Amino acid sequence: MDAVNFFANVDWAEIWLATGDTLIMLFGSLLFTVLLGLPLGVLLFLCGPRQMFEQKGVYALLSLVVNILRSLPFIILLIVMIPITVLITGTSLGVAGAIPPLVVGATPFFARLVETALREVDRGIIEATQSMGASTRQIITSALLPEARPGIFAAITVTAITLVSYTAMAGVVGAGGLGDLAIRFGYQRFQTDVMVVTVVLLLVLVQVLQSVGDKLVVHFSRK
Amino acid sequence: MIEFQHVHKTYRVAGRDIPALNPTSLSIENGQVFGLIGHSGAGKSTLLRLINRLENPTGGKIIVDGEDVTAFDANRLRRFRQQVGMIFQHFNLLASKTVADNVALPLTLAGELSRSEIDTRVAALLARVGLTEHAKKYPAQLSGGQKQRVGIARALSTHPKILLCDEATSALDPQTTASVLQLLAEINRELKLTIVLITHEMDVIRRVCDRVAVMDAGHIVEQGSVAEVFLHPQHPTTKRFVQEDEQVDEGEQRDDFAHVPGRIVRLTFQGEATYAPLLGTVARETGVDYSILAGRIDRIKDVPYGQLTLALIGGDMDAAFARFTAADVHMEVLR
Repeated sequence: MDAVNFFANVDWAEIWLATGDTLIMLFGSLLFTVLLGLPLGVLLFLCGPRQMFEQKGVYALLSLVVNILRSLPFIILLIVMIPITVLITGTSLGVAGAIPPLVVGATPFFARLVETALREVDRGIIEATQSMGASTRQIITSALLPEARPGIFAAITVTAITLVSYTAMAGVVGAGGLGDLAIRFGYQRFQTDVMVVTVVLLLVLVQVLQSVGDKLVVHFSRK
Repeated sequence: MIEFQHVHKTYRVAGRDIPALNPTSLSIENGQVFGLIGHSGAGKSTLLRLINRLENPTGGKIIVDGEDVTAFDANRLRRFRQQVGMIFQHFNLLASKTVADNVALPLTLAGELSRSEIDTRVAALLARVGLTEHAKKYPAQLSGGQKQRVGIARALSTHPKILLCDEATSALDPQTTASVLQLLAEINRELKLTIVLITHEMDVIRRVCDRVAVMDAGHIVEQGSVAEVFLHPQHPTTKRFVQEDEQVDEGEQRDDFAHVPGRIVRLTFQGEATYAPLLGTVARETGVDYSILAGRIDRIKDVPYGQLTLALIGGDMDAAFARFTAADVHMEVLR
């Protein structure tokens, strides 16, 4: 069997379309995840034990919500979310239908990582900034977030890679993308060649995300 | 002037009240370098943080230049803190910002100066602490002493009237400590800045402070001018700190003294008296012979001092004592 015959079933136009869908789902949902998860992570951090706005009740509630969303298998979340997704985007299908569940699935995860990254910042930094007469908002924007930047970029990287695997599952609700292709052609129609191509493309995507993320972390570590 | 009026602080830990600072009254004059010395847990760090209210007192008043700091609301407190610089044992520089941006931070937070005004002031401050060529570096690329210089430049950026130093030299080697202390002394002299520093090393107090308070278990147990406290310590805690600094072991010293005959006195000279040829003169005139058992000659801030422990034998002892007492020295008869 030569190389050309092995890829007989591969419709390259379909592959590129699916790759595009995966990338749109990934970066679309990553954008909203960061926009929602960053403030949520900051809030979790501030309300947490021995922090600036220690609020046992608020922290317990936020923690509970975050933990529930995190423990829900994504495939279940996809289905549970359908009515809400329709409400937001008007459809539960396609790329637009996949983004809301992806965001809801990834945001709690990302928020926890942000909280952890902020906790890693030396308390002395907060004290020093307070001693300069900074307001709480200034402490967050001028000291905490810049100091936690390497940790936050690491969190974005991990979240992006998690989202790649979530997008594959989103195929179940008709979202399209590489994962969908792999399931429909590679698995259900026994087209090994399609499976190989999609897996390789997903692998390349994850590799690129990880190395770009690592570079950003190193760059902002300022060592 | 910084005035503590019956200030106390208790922490609530696991349902129990732990006193960190017992009711304390204290005043620190403007332009002074005031040292607080104590072992860890003595309450010195709490006392320091009460001044800029990083800690809030449980009771009492803290008056700075006639204003009650304890009554400030959040806004007033923020403006007050801009007039109080602070440096830290572990420097607490932002690793994500360059040296210049670290120094500029208090100014950008205050938001009162334009970018170019800030740049000018930062350049002047970096020149002041000798770090001009490091402006674009990140803290991780600097040595400990350089980091503390950045800390000092940052603390001075808003032209504060008070500088709080939290164990500022405890993480530095002796040579770097000396240069950082020298910088603090220069700043105090040139900018007429009030400096409050805490330390557990008597040497730091001796080099830069005008006045000192000794703390033990949440109390100020002794305070006074550095010369007075350093040369004539009263409280056991103070004596221990002085001995640590002089590296004297009291037990060994007692054994040494047991071997020598005659009377034992300790003479303390300060200022010009340090250089007067007193011992030789007295020995010649009274026929009292002496041997030196222990001694040191050093400086307290800029004033030279000497402290000698002598064994005196033979001759006219009363006349010798009278001559020492009459001279510009302090005499203690140990035996």
